[in-house]
Amino acid sequence: MTTDAATPKSQQAQTSGQFATFFVADLFFGVDVLRVQEVLRFQHMTRVPRAPEVIEGLINLRGQIVTAIDMRRRLRLPPRAGDQTPMNMVVRTEDGAVSLLVDEIGDVLDVDAATYERPPENLDPSAREIIRGVYKLKDRLLLVLDAERTTELAPAR
Amino acid sequence: MQDQEVIREFLIESHENLSRLDQELVELERHPKDAALLASIFRTIHTIKGTCGFLAFSTLEKITHQAESLLSQLRDGERELSPSLVSLILETVDATRKVLASIEASEEEGPNHFDDLTERLRAAAQLTGGLEGQSGADMLTGPAAELQNEAGVSELPEGKEPEDAVKSSAVADSSIRVPTGQLDILMDLVGELVLTRNQILQYNAEREDAALNATAQQLNLITTELQGGVMKTRMQPIGMVWNKLPRVVRDMAVALGKQIRLEMDGAETELDRTIIEAIKDPLVHLVRNSCDHGIESPEVRVRAGKPAQGTLTLRAYHEGGQVNIEIGDDGAGIDVARVKKKAIEKGLLRPEQMEKLSDREVLNLIFQPGFSTAQTVTNLSGRGVGMDVVKSQIEKIGGIVDLVSRPGEGATVKLKIPLTLAIIPGLVITSGGERFVIPQVSLLELIRLEGDSSEKRIEQVHGTPVYRRRGSLLPIAYLNQVLGLRSAEPTEPVSMVVLQAEDRQFGLVVDGINDTQEIVVKPLGKQLKGLAEYAGATIMGDGRVALILDVLGIGQRSGVLAESREQARAATEQKTQSGIEQQRLLLFRAGSFERLAVPLALVARLEEFPRSAIEHAGGGQVVQYRNRILPLVLLRAVLDPVSGEQDQTADPVQAIVFNDGERSLGLVVDQILDVAEEAVTVRQKSSRKGLLGSAVVGKRVTDFLDLNYVIQTTMENWSQTGGASATGKRVLVAETSAFSRGLIRGGLDMAGYRVLEAANLDEAIRGLEQEPVDFVVASLDLPPNGSSALLAAMQRRPEWETIPILALADSPGQVQVSAARAAGFQDCQAKFDREGMLASLERLASVLAPAEAVPAGVGEER
Repeated sequence: MTTDAATPKSQQAQTSGQFATFFVADLFFGVDVLRVQEVLRFQHMTRVPRAPEVIEGLINLRGQIVTAIDMRRRLRLPPRAGDQTPMNMVVRTEDGAVSLLVDEIGDVLDVDAATYERPPENLDPSAREIIRGVYKLKDRLLLVLDAERTTELAPAR
Repeated sequence: MQDQEVIREFLIESHENLSRLDQELVELERHPKDAALLASIFRTIHTIKGTCGFLAFSTLEKITHQAESLLSQLRDGERELSPSLVSLILETVDATRKVLASIEASEEEGPNHFDDLTERLRAAAQLTGGLEGQSGADMLTGPAAELQNEAGVSELPEGKEPEDAVKSSAVADSSIRVPTGQLDILMDLVGELVLTRNQILQYNAEREDAALNATAQQLNLITTELQGGVMKTRMQPIGMVWNKLPRVVRDMAVALGKQIRLEMDGAETELDRTIIEAIKDPLVHLVRNSCDHGIESPEVRVRAGKPAQGTLTLRAYHEGGQVNIEIGDDGAGIDVARVKKKAIEKGLLRPEQMEKLSDREVLNLIFQPGFSTAQTVTNLSGRGVGMDVVKSQIEKIGGIVDLVSRPGEGATVKLKIPLTLAIIPGLVITSGGERFVIPQVSLLELIRLEGDSSEKRIEQVHGTPVYRRRGSLLPIAYLNQVLGLRSAEPTEPVSMVVLQAEDRQFGLVVDGINDTQEIVVKPLGKQLKGLAEYAGATIMGDGRVALILDVLGIGQRSGVLAESREQARAATEQKTQSGIEQQRLLLFRAGSFERLAVPLALVARLEEFPRSAIEHAGGGQVVQYRNRILPLVLLRAVLDPVSGEQDQTADPVQAIVFNDGERSLGLVVDQILDVAEEAVTVRQKSSRKGLLGSAVVGKRVTDFLDLNYVIQTTMENWSQTGGASATGKRVLVAETSAFSRGLIRGGLDMAGYRVLEAANLDEAIRGLEQEPVDFVVASLDLPPNGSSALLAAMQRRPEWETIPILALADSPGQVQVSAARAAGFQDCQAKFDREGMLASLERLASVLAPAEAVPAGVGEER
C-alpha cells in the first residue's frame, strides 16, 4: 500500500473528480469514472419493438442483458453517419447496468472543481435534463452527464 | 424427521455463534468495558440457551443459563471482568461445544452434566462486587483439570475423538452460508458457460479434429453437470415454508374452537428459492381458508358421522417437471348452491347466466375478486383479500390453481407450480426478422395452414380475423402487427400458435416456428418495464438476446383479450409508471356495472328523491329541486340500453347532482357506494361507450364514467343552454393519458368549452394547425419532452404566440404557479382540479377578451 501517494489523489477526487469522457456529435461529455463499468465496441443488438425510440436494443454482456440507449436520440441530435458504428459505454445505475451508445470514447480526465459551472439556462430541454454542469477545460467544455437521469426514460407508452 | 432438521439448523447456528464467541471473549479481555461487545456475547449465550430450552437439552440449558446470569452482571456493570471470569466463560464455551458434538453424534446430550462447571458459574455469579477476592478466584479456577479428565475419558460416544469434537463439528463444517446474490451470479456465469460450450460444440462439428472432439465432449459433460449443480444450490425444500404452518393451524383451531390435525407429506420436495418465496403467502392463505371455511366445528362433524378432529393434508410431489402442491381438508366441501347464491348477491353474475354454468365453473367463481362464501367475515381469514389474490399470485409465477370439492367429504386445492422461474421451456418463433420466445405454459397447440385453403380458413368477422378451431371461433392476432414489425409477404404456409392467457384462448400468427428450448429468463431493465408485450429476455445459443413474449400482454395489446384484473393489479404495483393520479372519487353502482366512479370534484351534491316526486316533462324525467326543475338521467338505461330496464326497485332513488352555473343534472344510480381517495393507476381507454376506462380503486377494478358521453346522449341542449362566458371557446387539451384527457375534457365540456384533444407534442401542433384555438391546456409531462417544448414551439409561430397556455401538474402538490409563469405559461393548475382550471381559463379569457375578438363560430366542430 503506497498510502502516501494515494492520499493526495483521493483528496483530489473528492474536490473535483475523475471523468470518463466521450463524444456525441460535437458534444464532449464526462461521466463519473466510478460509474463506468466498461467500454465495449459495438455489439449485436436485439431490437425491442414498441420500445421508446431512444432504446437501440438489448445486448448480451456476459449473460447479463443490458439496455442500450442511443445518446444521439436521447439528445435529439441528428443520426450518425451510416458508416459510423457507435461505442458502448456501460454505466452502473441504481437499476443495474445500462449501455450508452456514443460516437467515440475519450480519455479519463482529472478536472478542477474551480472550473465548474451550472449549465446555461437556455439549454435545449432534452439536454438540460441530463446535463448536470459544465467544466470549462482549457480547449473545450466538458459536459457532466447525469447517468441516472439519462437512463430514466418516460414510460414506454 | 422434522426434529432432525431443526437440530441440524441449531447445530450449524450454534457452532457459528461459538466461533464468534471465542473471538469476542478474547477481544473482551483487551477491552473489558466495551458495552457493545458484552451485549453481543450476552445475546449469543442467550440465543443458545433459548433454543436449548425449546429443544429440551437440559444440561446445555443449565450451563448457558448460569453463564448468562454472570454475563448479565458484567453487562449491567455490577462487576468487573477479570481474567478468571473470561476463562470461566471460555470453559463454558468449550463445554457447550462438547455437548453439541455429542448431540450431533447421538442426538443426546451425553452423560456428562457438567455439574461442577454449572456450580462454579453459579458461585461466581453470587460473588458480586467487592466480595470477589482471592478465595473467589481460587474457586473459579480450581477443579478445571478435573473436568478435563472427566470429559476426555468416558463422556463422549464411542469412536469419537474428544479433541476433534472440540475443534470442529462435521455438520457445521459441511455447511456454509452463502449470500443468495452470490448464487445468482454463479447461475449467470453458468448460463454464459453454456452458451460458450454451445459455440465450441458447433465449431467442433465443423472440424475433423479428434483431440478437439474429445475435449469438446468433456467440456460438454462438465458444463451440464455444473449447470445442474448450481441449479441445485438454489433449491430449497418446501418444508421451509411448511414449517410455520403447524403454528398457523394450531392458532386457527384454538381461535375457532375446532380440532384440526395437520398432516404433511413431501416436505423434502425441492423448489427454486424464488418460487418458495412466491408461494409462501398463497399457501398460508389456503391453509387458513381450509381451517376457517372447510373444516367444521367438532359438534357438526360428530353429527355428520365424522371424527371430531378434522384433518388438513398438505402434499407436495414432483410430476412431469412441475411440482404439485395439494391442500386438502376433510371438511364439508364447497356448497355449490351457496356459491351460486353468493355470486348473484354479489352481482358477479345474473341468475340466468348462472344456470348455464357447470358445477365446476361455479366452484371457480370463488376465485373471482370480491367473493367470499364465509357466513361471517372472521379476522382470521377473509380479510378482504381472497382466493382471487391466491390465484393471481400463483399464475404470476406460471402456476395453475385447481379446486376439487366433494360435498360432505372435503375440498382440495391443487397448485401446479414450475420447478424454477429461472429456466423455463419456451418455443422460439420469428416475426419480422426477429426471434421471440413464447413460454411453453401458455402454449396450447401449433397450427399450420397450408395450400389454397389457408387464406380461406382465417375468416373475417366485420374485419376481425378469426379461425374455426374444432367448431368454435378463435380470435386471431398477427404478431408483426402487434409489435409494429414489418413482415415480408404473407408467408405460405401460415404458422399460428394457439395461446392461452387466463381462461381465454387466441391464435397468434407468426412468420416462422423454430424449436423448443430451455431458456434462462432474465429481467428487462426499468426502461422497458412498461412494455406489457414482454415478460423478460433470454440469451440464445448464438449469444444474442431474444425477447420473451408476455402472452397476456400480447393478447391485450392486440385487442383479442380485454384488459384484465391481473394486469390492473400488476399495474398498481408498478407505481413507478406514469399515469398515477391522486384524486377523490365517488364510487357507485348502476345496472350491470358494479363499481363506477366519477371524480368527486365534478359532483355538486348527492340527493335522494322519493319515487313519487319524479315527474315527466319534455319527454324525460324531472324532479323539482330547490325551486328548479332538475332533469334526471337514468344511468343504467344509458349504459345498458338493452337490459337496463326502466323499472327500479329502489325508493327513494339516489341521484348524483352535477351542476354548472345555471344548469343542473341529476344522474340516477342504483346505489352510492363510497368515496375513495387514492392514487389511481389508469388503464387503457375503454372502447365501450359511456366509459372512459377502468382503474383499480380500493383493490377492485372500477369503471370510470364518461360523463361527457352521458350528457351528450341524454341532454342534447346542455352546451347551448348554458350562459357561461365560455360558450364556444376552443381549448386544446394536450395530455398523454387518454383517460386523464377524458376527465379533463369532461370538466371543460360541462362548462361549455369545445375541446380538442392531443396526446403528444406532434398531435398538439397538428391540432393547432388545423383549427384556431383559444386556450391550450397542457400537462407538464407531455411527451416527449414536457409541455415546455410545446410552449417553445408555439412561441416560434406569431399566430400562436398569443394563445394562453395553462400548465397542468399531476397533483396539487406539484402546482408551482410562479415557476410555470416564469417559464412562459400563463398559469398552472392540478390536473383534476376542475374548479381551479375553469377559474384560470375564465381569468385568461377576461384578459384576452378586449384585445382579441374570439371567432366563436368559425371552423369545424371537433
